[in-house]
Amino acid sequence: MDNKESFIVVDRVSFSYTAESGAREEAALKQVSLTVAAGEFVAIVGHNGSGKSTLAKHLNGLLLPTSGDVWVAGMNTKDEQHRWDIRQTVGMVFQNPDNQIVAATVEEDVAFGPENLGLPPELIRSRVDEALAVVGMSEYAEASPHSLSGGQKQRVAIAGVIAMRPRCLVLDEPTAMLDPVGRREVMETISRLNREERITVILITHFMDEAVKADRVVVMDGGRVVREGTPAAVFQEMDLLRGLRLDVPPVIELASRLRARSLALPEGILTVDEMVTALCQLRSRI
Amino acid sequence: MPIEIKDLTHIYNPGTPLARTAIRNINLTIEDGEIVAIIGHTGSGKSTLVQHLNGLLKPTSGTVKVDGVDINQKGVDLRTIRWKVGLVFQYPEHQLFEETVWDDVAFGPRNMRLSDEEVRARVERALAAVDIDPALANRSPFELSGGEKRRVAIAGVLAMEPSVLVLDEPTAGLDPRGRQDMLRQIQRLQEERHLTVVFVSHNMAEVGALADRLVVMERGEIVMEGPPKAVFAERDRLEAIGLGVPEMTALMAKLREMGWDVPVSVLTVDEAEKAIMAVLRREARVGTRGDL
Ligand SMILES: Nc1ncnc2c1ncn2[C@@H]1O[C@H](COP(=O)(O)OP(=O)(O)OP(=O)(O)O)[C@@H](O)[C@H]1O
Ligand SMILES: Nc1ncnc2c1ncn2[C@@H]1O[C@H](COP(=O)(O)OP(=O)(O)OP(=O)(O)O)[C@@H](O)[C@H]1O
Ligand SMILES: [Mg+2]
Ligand SMILES: [Mg+2]
Repeated sequence: MDNKESFIVVDRVSFSYTAESGAREEAALKQVSLTVAAGEFVAIVGHNGSGKSTLAKHLNGLLLPTSGDVWVAGMNTKDEQHRWDIRQTVGMVFQNPDNQIVAATVEEDVAFGPENLGLPPELIRSRVDEALAVVGMSEYAEASPHSLSGGQKQRVAIAGVIAMRPRCLVLDEPTAMLDPVGRREVMETISRLNREERITVILITHFMDEAVKADRVVVMDGGRVVREGTPAAVFQEMDLLRGLRLDVPPVIELASRLRARSLALPEGILTVDEMVTALCQLRSRI
Repeated sequence: MPIEIKDLTHIYNPGTPLARTAIRNINLTIEDGEIVAIIGHTGSGKSTLVQHLNGLLKPTSGTVKVDGVDINQKGVDLRTIRWKVGLVFQYPEHQLFEETVWDDVAFGPRNMRLSDEEVRARVERALAAVDIDPALANRSPFELSGGEKRRVAIAGVLAMEPSVLVLDEPTAGLDPRGRQDMLRQIQRLQEERHLTVVFVSHNMAEVGALADRLVVMERGEIVMEGPPKAVFAERDRLEAIGLGVPEMTALMAKLREMGWDVPVSVLTVDEAEKAIMAVLRREARVGTRGDL
């Protein structure tokens, strides 16, 4: 585990939950190995119950492997003495934002993380203001987080982790409850943090059009990683994905159907704009 | 079962500094057997509105009538209203509370004092309808993945076999196949049992595929209403209020801007494929090359 490029290393990790009844469930993760480079943007997709959230919780030491190891910036998550450093390095947005609310007002909630880091008050103030602005929730700074709508809670949870400026962001379905413009804004924010501030991003999502924005897509099935590759490569395998309860973005499906009708569309069309450009070029040649 | 909403306003924390008008003067009639989708940006009042349909929230002013009965009148038994109007919350965690998945889904039917046999049959049917493995029935509902929790929460309401189904973002967090199956399931129930369905969604492709009518909310008010194709024809207006149109509709709009003669009312990949091929064929015929 000496590779500097390998910011996060998941090494043959298996994990079984122990149910309340004491019975051990079928393993939720089975021999999962995954390496994420610093500054990379990785999307994780997979059917309900495939182990995505379980894997995410391993990345900041919230869950520890039953067997195997997870390394974050060279620190083993099992190592008691690194626990604090690891939580600072990897910021998490959970699937259910309710579980994340800790304070009586929205701004206190967002300030909680930076305060915990012991930052000076002026810096906390500016980070909180900025984070709330980024997610469009400034207007609600003084509201009680519990009185927010579903999507507003989700935005506040995202602001909370942005305000911490961790080196790595793990986002578990951060846009599940957002309206289309909100979804686009959050995706733009994530991409910007990744591009401009070189923050490593791990995004779990059921929206294939979001996964397309990543550098790499990881596909999970029944607790295992079954595919990894660039979005263009992974989303080419339409039948495989459908068999795994997944899908491809409509644009990719359309491109493949048009090619099947022998239109000479270039490979690698992933977005509406790319499709428009390709179709217009094609048409100009008729 | 028809629903009639008249001049409905809801203010949270009225008369305090924290007062917030979440919905204002809503007038909406939902016909018996209709499927209506409510869309709108975050915080526009969708959840507040739908929580009035079974009396969970009380109007600050205005009325809600279910099957002709004002549900907030004195003497109306809200329990029976809740059996008729089944509501699934936006966050399934707000709804799950029993020790096991089975008990959670059985809770409603047991409350309705159905026979053990009938309860069992309904729970089995409901779990199958949402595609939950019977092996999970003895698990605590809190020991499930996010998508599994949502399915169980929906099963709990289906098991009551209500005449009106109200679903707040029923497909959020489901995997793509699960999303499709859930839509089919809702459609099937509507057809078989002539259910009235009201659902909230942020997924434009999905409301386009399922709903007879869209209701668009913005800052607590209804600002647009109509069949999906008509509503999606107003792309700029939707964008301006935080919404969008299905990806294929957006593609057609952009092609039109580039001079393609394609229809605006396209929702699906099928329709888009046909529209594009039609233009290219037409032009290939007019031009010299005939190989398209
Ligand atoms: N606390 C728990 N106790 C026992 N089993 C659990 C617990 N949480 C999850 N599981 C099980 O572990 C498996 C993986 O769950 P996980 O939450 O990681 O899935 P996921 O891929 O995030 O799914 P989703 O898309 O529905 O969020 C599932 O079979 C689930 O039922
Ligand atoms: N319990 C509450 N107390 C005070 N205000 C509330 C409460 N619940 C919601 N609100 C406010 O009422 C407005 C409407 O909220 P509602 O939950 O109905 O929105 P929504 O359209 O469902 O949003 P979303 O798409 O994010 O779920 C929002 O401004 C919200 O902050
Ligand atoms: Mg999950
Ligand atoms: Mg809501």
